[in-house]
Amino acid sequence: MSEWLENHLPKVVLAPSFIAVLIFVYGFIGWTAWVSLTRSKLLPKYEIKGFIQYERLFDSPRWDTAINNLYIFGALFIVIAMVLGLLLAILLDQKIRVEGAIRTIYLYPMALSMIVTGTAWKWILNPGLGIESMVQGWGFTNFKFDWLVNPDYAIYTIVMAAIWQSSGFVMALFLAGLRSVDGEIIKAAQVDGIPTWRIYTAIIIPSMAPIFLSAFIVLAHLAIKSFDLVIALTGGGPGYATDLPATYMYAMAFSRGDIGQAASSAMIMMLVVFAIVVPYLYSELRAKND
Amino acid sequence: MAPILDINKLYKNYGATEILKDINISIEPGDFLVLVGPSGCGKSTLLNCIAGLEEITGGTLSIGGNDMTHVSPKDRDIAMVFQSYALYPTMSVAKNITFGMKVRGVDQATQDAKLKEVAQLLQIEPLLNRRPSQLSGGQRQRVAMGRALVRDPKLFLFDEPLSNLDAKLRVEMRTEIKKLHQTLDASIVYVTHDQIEAMTLATKIVVLKGGVVQQIGTPAEIYNNPANLFVADFMGSPAMNLIPAQATKNGSGTEIAIARETGDTLVLKDTRDLSLPKDVILGLRPEDIAEAGFRAGAGVQEAECLVDMVEPAGADTYVVSELGGKQVTARLHAETSAQAGKMLNLAFDMSKVSYFAKESGERLN
Amino acid sequence: MTDLSMPHTETRTQSATGKIALRWLLYVLLGLFALYYLMPLFVMLTTSLKSLEEIRTGSLISLPREVSFDAWKTAWSGACTGIQCEGLRPYFWNSVLIAVPAVAISTLLGALNGYVVAQWRFKGANIIFSLMLFGCFIPFQVVLLPMARLLGMMGIAGTIPGLIFVHVIYGLGFTTLFFRNYYVTIPAELTKAARVDGAGFLRIFWSIFLPLSLPIIVVTVIWQFTQIWNDFLFGVSFSQAGTQPVTVALNNIVNSTTGVKEYNVDMAAAIIAGLPTLLVYVVAGKYFIRGLTAGSVKG
Repeated sequence: MSEWLENHLPKVVLAPSFIAVLIFVYGFIGWTAWVSLTRSKLLPKYEIKGFIQYERLFDSPRWDTAINNLYIFGALFIVIAMVLGLLLAILLDQKIRVEGAIRTIYLYPMALSMIVTGTAWKWILNPGLGIESMVQGWGFTNFKFDWLVNPDYAIYTIVMAAIWQSSGFVMALFLAGLRSVDGEIIKAAQVDGIPTWRIYTAIIIPSMAPIFLSAFIVLAHLAIKSFDLVIALTGGGPGYATDLPATYMYAMAFSRGDIGQAASSAMIMMLVVFAIVVPYLYSELRAKND
Repeated sequence: MAPILDINKLYKNYGATEILKDINISIEPGDFLVLVGPSGCGKSTLLNCIAGLEEITGGTLSIGGNDMTHVSPKDRDIAMVFQSYALYPTMSVAKNITFGMKVRGVDQATQDAKLKEVAQLLQIEPLLNRRPSQLSGGQRQRVAMGRALVRDPKLFLFDEPLSNLDAKLRVEMRTEIKKLHQTLDASIVYVTHDQIEAMTLATKIVVLKGGVVQQIGTPAEIYNNPANLFVADFMGSPAMNLIPAQATKNGSGTEIAIARETGDTLVLKDTRDLSLPKDVILGLRPEDIAEAGFRAGAGVQEAECLVDMVEPAGADTYVVSELGGKQVTARLHAETSAQAGKMLNLAFDMSKVSYFAKESGERLN
Repeated sequence: MTDLSMPHTETRTQSATGKIALRWLLYVLLGLFALYYLMPLFVMLTTSLKSLEEIRTGSLISLPREVSFDAWKTAWSGACTGIQCEGLRPYFWNSVLIAVPAVAISTLLGALNGYVVAQWRFKGANIIFSLMLFGCFIPFQVVLLPMARLLGMMGIAGTIPGLIFVHVIYGLGFTTLFFRNYYVTIPAELTKAARVDGAGFLRIFWSIFLPLSLPIIVVTVIWQFTQIWNDFLFGVSFSQAGTQPVTVALNNIVNSTTGVKEYNVDMAAAIIAGLPTLLVYVVAGKYFIRGLTAGSVKG
């Protein structure tokens, strides 16, 4: 008995976690997928009715807004955060004396909860008392900056806050990437008389392709899961102008009592994440097993 | 006396891949067995199987007369020294050495006594309170050996213990291991890819390739009578000359014809009574080709050869010439007058020649 | 450097001035960005120290004329989260009660799992690890509904143990990943040596691996603490009045519609809610960043 236990202890130790993951990740995904094919409303029903929930979802103007917002938010957030992060990383890579302190300042928003970030930016962007009134107070009385309450522009305030929160992190990723480039290659280029900016564009940045991919994956993942920031900053409003799939799902699940819609929208989010993450993880794991 | 280690029809598979095939090895107490072969030949896997760190797929294995086929490593009465030394990084040298005893519940007094004894033997007393990270490579090596010695096991296992040391230290530690073996009269299984290590240390060598035993024998047997082309080529540095040749029976002896780059044929006579097929590979160690006049004996035959290259190596000078389409190396004395591009009269000691079948590579004589 | 003829010296001085100018530009740029990142924190802090009157009349970025800690007091113990007006204090402690056990349990399990996956490979261990790793990436929306039902069936819906449970389950993937990636760098020979020495699975973990693990434990604890403290989705979905974590309470304070909008209280509350993770970041930033990058760049 003890011999058996000694030999199988590793499996015994891993088993509870594995079973938990099987149930709470894969089982639950299965449950949600199942329910997304039913007519569940306030309570789940288990009778499969086909893709009716998905049809409802794609007919819903609110979901349409949410998806559009995801495109806008995702694209702007990812592109700007990456560009800004790369720029900051390159600036910081110039043997800056107080690099440690500056890095700390750039990165601290990442330690904050999205709710805290949202609360802060909600105050700053508040038209009556925030930036708008500040600039007006400087004498530019015609200055208008009411994006937070303007249905056409509110989504961009979420982009602004999200970039503030995450760009420092992208900077940290890129900085690590810049530092990991083989020093001898750079020395060789310097000896060849290649100007610094060319060394960056022709040698260093291309060799960081994997870091770009990682940063993209992380940011895309953040964008799709974005929920807290929207809740804190705009609450999805004005109206549902700043709804994202995550807030749509939550509204359906917990305030509208429309479990079928909640499940189907969650499944769509899941599929989008799958499409981005699975090829990445697959290649990473394969590369590691070689 | 019962063999200290007896491996019988051992097989090891990883999934569908056969790593070790039909291994049969047996050693007596006090033997120093070296498993040697190129990387990937399965020698380390075999050692791990002996240690019980890998389950074997088929066959049996006994240590000290007890069947150990399915016994876990801790109950096999073995100790092991690893290539990376595998010292426990957070423990002091003393704790590293006594960890095994502590786990086994040996009382403190015995632990201290044993530690002292081993530390003295290996001259590591001043290091006992240090961490592994504060030691040099050679010192780590000693501690790793100390950890094995203190256990006083039936069988010591060494997994390429010297390969992380620099060349000079390696030779020193090699001598030390040999001395330890002689003083302790320990039974050792030792894995290496370095054939010089194998030759100098072993009382018995097993040459492995592709998970199959190629030859088992004393260093002299392996060196002088390699069982096949692989062993002939692998053991010895510079390697044995392997020259394609044609054999013809002539009376009681054999005429061996070797093609030359000039188009003519070099014919050497082997006076031994052999029965060889027509196509053979002739194997002759560099030291069995000398400068004419420096080698005498019944089998010695001289022939003029064109010297392609002269490589002085201090004590010896190696001369390369082309025979049978191969670069043939001869080991001459240091003061030779051989010059590249000139002819030189070489003496071939045909009594030392090994013959191998052209297709199978098996030894023929 | 040996060639010092006149024309060369001139160009060199020119390029040197250019270099100094560039250097200045660099530092100015870096400084401006630093201001950008610091500005919200600055605004939060100054606003929280102003009176409502001063907020209404003054400018967003002006320093408080009169420093007052009233807003902080209200935020801590008097602000209303809906109908209750007890401030953040009870919710702050809820978050502590959730985070501490959840971090401890998920870290311990992660350490054991990582140890198994990295050092005791058995058939299928890699697949199990891949499946667990993938669990890190799912959008949690996809498990919200069934989890809500399960917590209900287990009788821990809306309780703090329920939230601890949820955080442990969905933290396992990351903690396992952290420890696994740390333990694979430890040579397998160490485990082998210990096995030959007679130590078993748990003994090796306890005597050899745990003492080696301090750095990765710090990284994991910081990561998990930040994640759990900052969580909002699970908190808002699986809590009820009285068991809400601080993030949910903060959001409720900010969005509570009763009475006058007290921006200074909102800001003080936001700072209080963010303080623990901010503190961790300032104290152990190195480990925080290591966790962030380890969590995103696998391998």
